[in-house]
Amino acid sequence: MDFVNAIILLLNYIFVPALAYGSQLALGAIFVTLIYGILRFANFATGDMMSFGTMFTILFTWYFQSIGISLGVLPTALLAIPFAIIFMIGYMLLIDKFVFKYYRVNKSPPVQLAMVSIGVMFVTQAVVRIIIGPSDRRFFDGEKFLIKAGEFKEMTGLNEGLAIKSTQVITIIVTLILVSTLFWFLNKTKTGKSMRAYSDNEDLALLSGIDPKKIVMITWVIAGILATIGGALYGLDKSFKPFTYFNNMLPIFAAAIVGGIGNPFGAFLGGYVIAFSEILLTYAYRKFFMYVLPESMEPGGLVQLLSTDYKFAVSFSILVIVLLYRPSGIFKGKVL
Amino acid sequence: MRKNLNVIAAYSIMMGLIILVGIFQSWNIALSIFNLCLISAVMTMGANIQWGYAGLINFGIMGYTALGGLAAVLISVNPVQEAWSAGGTNILFSLFLIIGMILAVRYVLKKYEKSKMRTYIIATIIILGIIIIRFVSEPGIEAIEEVDPAKTGFLGGLGLPIIFSWIVGALFAGGLAFVIGKVALGLRADYLAIATLLISEIVIAIIKHEDWLTRGVKNVIGLKRPAPYEVNLQQTDWFINLVEKFNSSKLDLISDFAERQAALNQFVIEGSSVFVKLCYSGLFLIVVIILLILTQKALYSPWGRMMRAIRDNEEAANAMGKNVVKQHLLIFVLGSAIVGIAGAMLVTQDGLFTPGSYRPMRYTFLIWVMVIVGGSGNNFGAILGGFAVWFLWIEAAPIGLYLVNLTTAGLDDTHALKIHLIESVPYFRFLMMGVGLLLIMRYRPKGILPEKIEIK
Repeated sequence: MDFVNAIILLLNYIFVPALAYGSQLALGAIFVTLIYGILRFANFATGDMMSFGTMFTILFTWYFQSIGISLGVLPTALLAIPFAIIFMIGYMLLIDKFVFKYYRVNKSPPVQLAMVSIGVMFVTQAVVRIIIGPSDRRFFDGEKFLIKAGEFKEMTGLNEGLAIKSTQVITIIVTLILVSTLFWFLNKTKTGKSMRAYSDNEDLALLSGIDPKKIVMITWVIAGILATIGGALYGLDKSFKPFTYFNNMLPIFAAAIVGGIGNPFGAFLGGYVIAFSEILLTYAYRKFFMYVLPESMEPGGLVQLLSTDYKFAVSFSILVIVLLYRPSGIFKGKVL
Repeated sequence: MRKNLNVIAAYSIMMGLIILVGIFQSWNIALSIFNLCLISAVMTMGANIQWGYAGLINFGIMGYTALGGLAAVLISVNPVQEAWSAGGTNILFSLFLIIGMILAVRYVLKKYEKSKMRTYIIATIIILGIIIIRFVSEPGIEAIEEVDPAKTGFLGGLGLPIIFSWIVGALFAGGLAFVIGKVALGLRADYLAIATLLISEIVIAIIKHEDWLTRGVKNVIGLKRPAPYEVNLQQTDWFINLVEKFNSSKLDLISDFAERQAALNQFVIEGSSVFVKLCYSGLFLIVVIILLILTQKALYSPWGRMMRAIRDNEEAANAMGKNVVKQHLLIFVLGSAIVGIAGAMLVTQDGLFTPGSYRPMRYTFLIWVMVIVGGSGNNFGAILGGFAVWFLWIEAAPIGLYLVNLTTAGLDDTHALKIHLIESVPYFRFLMMGVGLLLIMRYRPKGILPEKIEIK
């Protein structure tokens, strides 16, 4: 029985949260990787673009709530996301037209584009803060838990409860659907294939009659969808705060590079690698060992590898190690 | 003279703007802007050496700034005796262990050929070392943090004058840059940017959470000053006389003695804080001028020519027998050390060390905006960028407020939109920075004062 308790403990505190957090990172990482693979620059505005999309989700959610539309047990935000995506795509295409296009046409070095993306980061951050303000916003409504810890305990008669938030389940399901659609699109459709070709070898792709304008536009459209959904899911699960989103850029970059930048599948897995290592290394295993080990061997301390303060540092250390020993990432990133 | 006309013009406009602030807002504000401009100028010089001279991208400026600040604390704060006796031995012993661990790893690296076995040995040494160090240091750290946690709870520093920390800050930052450069400089430009950004976050995380060394988020306040204190100044005779002489024309207009005394008091209070700020300005100006002379000399020296050659064509420079890796490391260390000085100066001026305030927007990306806007590769440009951008960063809020009032003049004062806009005035600075950066990058990619290389 103790053994089952120990497993439930790990599921509750490590596996489920890490899976949800990893999915949110994975969407961001695919976003980074797509931009990097096709438009060829490191987008430092990632976190702020995600917060921009989330902002629109929140605004639409408020609007729907004010006119009395809701999805019952599901959060209203799910209904708002498609509308937010439209605005987000519009914003992205606008930025591309007025900012990035010039440098792309002039074939500027990637570093210059990265600098430009810093300018975009400042502007986006300002717009978000001016419109919705810098404070913490919660926009979740509907049923909060799928399984409550207390109910679970009663049902199974175990000591440890397992709580699963509905946002966690929504996050994982939406991520899986979105990512599998994306991979189907990239691997099976003609447009997707031409995107991969463009990413692989630009000159050759142009030679075979692929329209670069269309490729770039579709990339921004997909990026807009990913950024909005990724941001909105993170906001639903935790809360929306522009500064947090800016900071999230860092683990997202870590995930994209760990997975091999330019490789969407790698980025997808990279998100989970980062999330799991963050949580595994900073979790205090004391209770786990209390269940597993006999009483005489119970540990005195918290049995924590690193204090939770270093949560971010973990992912960065992984990234630095990967960069040094395997710069192409764990999953051999090259191009799409 | 003629060719320097644009430099002179740009600087006079900048000084004119600061003087205008002095006249219309107050000299206190003008001087605090000026001081921070000088500190920003030091930072941009550091970043400019790396980016402008050598083309190395360093997004870790925040980390070096914080290390410089840490140096100010470790140099100037008086040592906490109880803390040392409580846990000092443990900490010293852990320090020896860390050194021993590094030496062991070095020995293995030198002694054995590259192989899987070697990697495993090194990994074992590091993991074992960390576990042992944790066991040794933990009781010490706990003991130290329990010593009067409301006031100290950390080891304190050396109790030396804070000016020394400017040099030590440079050493700290340079040391960190050496380690980072050793491992990360081989990376491609954008990877290097991301790696340095993340490493600087790790540095901040350590400073924030190792309370025994830095007091962490509890902050260190009341650091020593190289300048006199306002309170003392207000009671010294020569200073009061000086203020009296300075404001004699205004004071003479007041006939009543008591009123005159009250007015004089007011002038003395204002004057004391202006005087203190002027002291800082003098100190900072000395640093800026020394650094400017050194960097200019370096830029036009054979070494500077070699750096530009490496920047413009690494392969060719390599083929000419220049050691690119070594030079990159050198310039990475030098630039970071300069940023470290700026970090120490900043904490010196503030008189407090707040690890929580180090954020990448303010200390990394803003500095980069300064370098790019000012003109990378040109020291005068970089300094001007530091001045202009910092000035805008501070004055953005008043300008934003003015613009909001102007555009919403037709609206009622209680209109929701107007209130919302006025509340969000502080964020107009981000907008201004972003738009400014984008415009400069598009229409004047070399910055306000572009790099100009004369071959003498």
